[in-house]
Amino acid sequence: MNNRYSVAQLSFFFLGSLVLLFIVAPLAGMFLNTTPAQVFETAGEAEVRDSIWLTIYTSLAGTLVFSVAAIPLAYLLARKQFPMKKLVTGIIDLPVVIPHSAAGIALLGFVSRESVLGKMGSAVGLDFVGHPAGISIAMAFVSIPYLINAARDGFSGVPVRLEKAALTLGASPYRVFFTISLPLAWRNILSGLILMFARGMSEFGAVIVVAYHPMITPVLIYERFGAFGLKYARPVSVLFILISLVLFIGLRWLAKEKESEMVK
Amino acid sequence: MLELRNITKRFDDFCLKEVSFSIDQGDYFILLGESGAGKSMVLETIAGLVAPDSGNILLNDKDITSEKIQNRKIGLVFQDHAVFPHLTTGENIAYSLHGTEMKKEEKHEKVKAVAHELGIVHLLKRKPGTLSGGELQRVALGRTLIQQPEVLLLDEPLSSLDTRLKGDLRRLLRAIHRKGQTILHVTHDYEEALSLGTRIAVIYQGRIIQSGSPAEVFHHPKSEFVAHFIGVKNFFAVNVVTENQASFAYTADKIPVRIVTDLPDSEGFILIRAEDILLSVLPVETSATNNFKGKVVEIVPNAGGIDVTVDMGMELHAQITRESLEKLGLITGKVCWAHFKASAVKFINI
Repeated sequence: MNNRYSVAQLSFFFLGSLVLLFIVAPLAGMFLNTTPAQVFETAGEAEVRDSIWLTIYTSLAGTLVFSVAAIPLAYLLARKQFPMKKLVTGIIDLPVVIPHSAAGIALLGFVSRESVLGKMGSAVGLDFVGHPAGISIAMAFVSIPYLINAARDGFSGVPVRLEKAALTLGASPYRVFFTISLPLAWRNILSGLILMFARGMSEFGAVIVVAYHPMITPVLIYERFGAFGLKYARPVSVLFILISLVLFIGLRWLAKEKESEMVK
Repeated sequence: MLELRNITKRFDDFCLKEVSFSIDQGDYFILLGESGAGKSMVLETIAGLVAPDSGNILLNDKDITSEKIQNRKIGLVFQDHAVFPHLTTGENIAYSLHGTEMKKEEKHEKVKAVAHELGIVHLLKRKPGTLSGGELQRVALGRTLIQQPEVLLLDEPLSSLDTRLKGDLRRLLRAIHRKGQTILHVTHDYEEALSLGTRIAVIYQGRIIQSGSPAEVFHHPKSEFVAHFIGVKNFFAVNVVTENQASFAYTADKIPVRIVTDLPDSEGFILIRAEDILLSVLPVETSATNNFKGKVVEIVPNAGGIDVTVDMGMELHAQITRESLEKLGLITGKVCWAHFKASAVKFINI
């Protein structure tokens, strides 16, 4: 194998390094400006721990609840032609392109106590505004495209003839979906779920409009920055980033383990 | 047992046109056609994966055209086997047993019995990714046969296998057929059709153009397509005229070929085996009544020797040995004579 690099490749490496530096440098700077003692002290604060836990479980709940409908929709998009399919695909990508604070305003009108959904929720003792349920909805709104698109790619990669074979072997369309399509698309779906979860956890703009309190960690970081400055916002930021990294590396590792078991 | 009546289906760039044929119980029926002729579409229509625009499918005199796929009692083995990659061999074979009233142990025994019949018991715990093409084809067969289908549909089951594995699988298919399984086997290989089929239908551009026993189809091809498809190269449409008790078949190029026939003046086809044509580089007297001067236009080696194409107003293919080619010094462009007897010309009346 030729280990020499051409001028073009060297220039690409250089440019790529700049991009990596652009990502790593601010984070490295923040980590280097925060001592372990500060991080441990912050981790000991009940407000911070509660906030991180709230962030995790609201994003997880939103991901799991909305995946029940999002995954079948992704399957339809992968398999079926129907009128206005392009429009539907465009609508799915909307949350990615619209400003998130604007999304929050739209959601606020949708889930406030005066709205239809708000009234239905109130009837069963569930409020959305200023409530974890509202946070989950806001998180899911901005992150659901990642799940749908990943799942659709996954289903598109499942050969149709396998589903046809299952039908000829007596399986109902439901059984085909759950025993053939879903397992074979699982890697992409899991990746989409992890992305949706991650994106939801990092959401700020939509959530802060729907539910400033209780404070998820991105909102808490913003508040500490506004009230006390950069120095006091850093430890929470570092802690949240560390926990996020542990979570996602752990999830990815688990996903790879499951994939290895399926291959064996 | 299985009857297709005028099945028509239009796709974007293809059409099945009034496909009709019937398969009796115990038949090994071959649907023969080149790639793109519509063979796989016919199978998918029978299985219920594709709904025809018009026409009927009857199984044991019951119309199943609108019947659900799951209720048709028809098994389909796909061209590339379509074995589920995430399930073991055993799980693949057992797939259709889900929802039946069989106990787990009974299912297990049944899977083992089928696997034993197909020689793949030792593969039951393996995943498809670790199996060879021949093994995968057996898994696909086992998965379908365990349902005990009324008719087994096979879509080019031998096409992806090498010669040795083809032989193995042919023997297996014969064995399955001998046990009473009715089979509809789709292929583009006429030798495969001859070696396995009890009845054959030829499909061309979405339409059945000939059907019958292998002998009928291969010895009496009814169209140039069928003739060329089954390897007959000297096949010409003719008008037969009898003059002074001698019958001549005039080709489209007005070339008179002497033939032996009792039939009155009529239209039809003539078929001349390439092996029955003799070549010479000088005009010699022979007992053959057909002697034509022409020019060599192509020389192609094949499994049987050398195929020499001679243009004598119409292109004639002669099958000779390499030794003869060298002895005669035949090269492209060389003038030569083609000789064949009138009795070597088979006339097929239409």
